[in-house]
Amino acid sequence: MLLIPCPYCGPRPELEFRYAGEAHIARAEDPSLLDDEAWSAYLYVRSNPKGLHAERWQHVHGCGRFFNALRDTTNDAFSATYRIGAPKPDLPQPNDKTDAS
Amino acid sequence: MTRYSIASLVRNAFRDHEDWPRVWRSAEPKAAYDVVIVGAGGHGLATAYYLAKEHGITNVAVLEKGWLGGGNTGRNTTIIRSNYLFDESAALYDHAVKLWEGLSQELNYNVMYSPRGVMMLAHTIHDVQVFKRHVHANRLAGVDNEWLTPQEAKAFCPPLNIGAGMRYPVLGAALQRRGGTARHDAVAWGYARGADARGVDIVENCEVTGIRRDASGAVTGVETTRGPVRAGKVGVVAAGHTSVLMQMAGVRLPLESYPLQALVSEPVKPVFPCVVMSNTIHAYISQSDRGELVIGAGTDAYISYTQRGALHIAQHTLDAICELFPQFRRLRMLRNWGGIVDVTPDRSPILARTPVRGLYVNCGWGTGGFKATPGSGQLFAWTIAKDEPHPINAPFTIERFRDGVLIDEAAAAAVAH
Repeated sequence: MLLIPCPYCGPRPELEFRYAGEAHIARAEDPSLLDDEAWSAYLYVRSNPKGLHAERWQHVHGCGRFFNALRDTTNDAFSATYRIGAPKPDLPQPNDKTDAS
Repeated sequence: MTRYSIASLVRNAFRDHEDWPRVWRSAEPKAAYDVVIVGAGGHGLATAYYLAKEHGITNVAVLEKGWLGGGNTGRNTTIIRSNYLFDESAALYDHAVKLWEGLSQELNYNVMYSPRGVMMLAHTIHDVQVFKRHVHANRLAGVDNEWLTPQEAKAFCPPLNIGAGMRYPVLGAALQRRGGTARHDAVAWGYARGADARGVDIVENCEVTGIRRDASGAVTGVETTRGPVRAGKVGVVAAGHTSVLMQMAGVRLPLESYPLQALVSEPVKPVFPCVVMSNTIHAYISQSDRGELVIGAGTDAYISYTQRGALHIAQHTLDAICELFPQFRRLRMLRNWGGIVDVTPDRSPILARTPVRGLYVNCGWGTGGFKATPGSGQLFAWTIAKDEPHPINAPFTIERFRDGVLIDEAAAAAVAH
């Protein structure tokens, strides 16, 4: 189980949170202007990186608020959490050669 | 290739089993192949086997970054069934079940396919309605599936608790008698042996680090940790790492990779005659020929490449197992592991050409790819050899997400994802 640092409440166990998918995917201001390719990319295509992933969490059994996090998908370590609306912290990609898989 | 038979078994018994030949060669990568398959799991090896056997394409390499069958092929709970809701899925998975039925003879290798029956439990009125709909849809599609009362379910699987005191009582079950299990490692080994005998090079410890393309954009080969390999066609069959590989060719896919867990108990005498799945309270269980109870748990909530899963996911599944089968409460769990599964938004696979000429992808099998291994390999081999899909896998394109023709098994596949 992960220990997740909520930017409002501090570190809490994973069971208090709900994962809410990749962060920074903005819905188009006017979806009717998108072609099918762009709309399906918005709906379905995700970056799914092996390395740092920007993602949303909700502290559903705590403060109830959404926040964003940067987590390394090769070892599940959180390197930053930040409030919704704040820019994504500019951290270097970890070296994924440490992954034993 | 030595053909296995009772005669070869007796002959080798007299030599203390010391003279059995290697089952496949340990190949060095050549400079060029007609087709390179990335990933030596069951699906990739089956693809190479059918390319050689049914399409006469033998100048093929299967490149594997780890060891053969060391990914999800060796990590799944070996369940085989085809009771999917939609016609496209039922056709895809039933095609595989038909191949399973003759696979040991086809490969001259015992894959231990055991059609012992897969029983899916209904615990709520909603489950009952959904499963009955499945039963009817499957029978219309020519796929066997039948509805059982709680008493019939207990008769089919005596360890099952159908008592009234359960938090989630058993209200009935859907049974696919042709469903069952097979030995996962043997499937990879059998296909590897068959492919190798037809000239396919299987190269382990050879990680693909790049995909080469020419000025027109077409694939010309791959970069690997053991040097570049030229290829006219490249087929990616890399499960959880498909996104990483396809990114090398600039192709973004609607995939996310999650850890999926399984665990086995200490071995016990034969106590469990079939496969039981409960999606509502999330537990899959069967017993291996070695005596271990094989238990499937769920995926973690978040994407990850760690090949392990959270403890509370496994505990949740064991809670369900203990309620359904109270006699297993005192069993100890022996091993627990995770595999990385690539999940599509509609929980159906992608088995298709890509926008890049000469690049093909077989992915998105999510939490249930093992059952499809023979069919997936045969259809992917067809797709690569003919540069067009077989009618069975024609609906399973990448473009279905753009065109709005999803095969939406997410709610319908009768499994909790």
